[in-house]
Amino acid sequence: MTGTELLPGASPTVAALAVIGVVILEAVLLYAGYGILEDRLGPVVFEQIGRR
Amino acid sequence: MFALLGLTPGLFALFVVFGFMVGVFFGFFGMGGSFLVTPALLILGYSAPVAIGSSMTFVFGTAIIATMKHHDSGQVDYRLGALMFVGIALGIEAGSRLVFGLEMLGIAEAVVGIAYVFILAAIGLLFTRSALNDGADGGDGAESEAGVERDETSDDVPAIAQTIQSYEVPPMMTLADGQQASLWTISGVSAGVGVISGFLGIGGGFVRMPAIYYVIGTSLAAAVGTSLFTGLLSGGVGAFTYGRAGVIDLGIVTALLLGSALGARIGSGATAYVNEDDVTIYFGLMLLVASVAVALGEAAAWLSRPVLDQVSFVLLVGSALFVCAIILYHGALAVRQDRGPSTSP
Repeated sequence: MTGTELLPGASPTVAALAVIGVVILEAVLLYAGYGILEDRLGPVVFEQIGRR
Repeated sequence: MFALLGLTPGLFALFVVFGFMVGVFFGFFGMGGSFLVTPALLILGYSAPVAIGSSMTFVFGTAIIATMKHHDSGQVDYRLGALMFVGIALGIEAGSRLVFGLEMLGIAEAVVGIAYVFILAAIGLLFTRSALNDGADGGDGAESEAGVERDETSDDVPAIAQTIQSYEVPPMMTLADGQQASLWTISGVSAGVGVISGFLGIGGGFVRMPAIYYVIGTSLAAAVGTSLFTGLLSGGVGAFTYGRAGVIDLGIVTALLLGSALGARIGSGATAYVNEDDVTIYFGLMLLVASVAVALGEAAAWLSRPVLDQVSFVLLVGSALFVCAIILYHGALAVRQDRGPSTSP
């Protein structure tokens, strides 16, 4: 899926900005999502590694 | 057939795993995005514009995640990064003009290929030598060799950078970690990195990060964080340019980001645990292997032997996978040593 397919009929600049917007949104959501996962699972994983 | 954002589930999973490896690498060293992803996409049969555009956009996304992680640890010098971006942008323009000039002479491909091999080998040798000196001299070798005394604030700055910083050519700029660097040095380094990026057509993280560390003079962690921030700015410009051409495949970018977001967190987090000296030598050796891989790739084109291209790809990804495993191993080892006493009976 390209920017052109994301926004059919949009100008190249708008399509490019839409792609950048999607990537920024994905990056922020993934950072936050994995952050929550790290807070929940991090101590358990660290404890497991410490025991081995 | 069932498809995820235009990719088969198998290909999507492959990109997630590959993204994880690149993410660990990117988070730890502040480089390795386009350097690994573009050849992989080309080998998988994507056209060069799609491979380069998607790779640059992926680097942009991963740089956002890794920069946020390094920001949390206070390892990003934003002022230095923004200043460098200006110099790099100008340098890229000069570098690309140089390529067009060489193209008119009909020697661009050969010169760029040979320059890429030598630059990779030179940086690889620099890191390997530095790591071996540090190992032999108990971590102080480079400094004592250059006859430069370390002070407490410049403890993590390499000797060569301390020597350069000792020549105070005004105007001077105070870096985030309190070090002083001449604006002339920063501008020169940025333009030089930009010329190399524009000349070789690469993101340039493997030149940018060592340049910040060895020439401008910051700690390795700050060099990685600042290099990532500069990569974020350049990646944004690249994503915009290729996005306008409509060649960015969001399926590839999303799958790679899913893996790299986790990998970058682990790689960035590992910088706080892993002793840089333990991994630097592997990084240097990986760059040396990469120079051989690129040389084989060039030879494949000259000799019309596609098999050399595949050998080149296996060497490139294999060495990166090995260094990624080393980072994870040393990270786990460091965590174990850190946590061990409190959890042992």
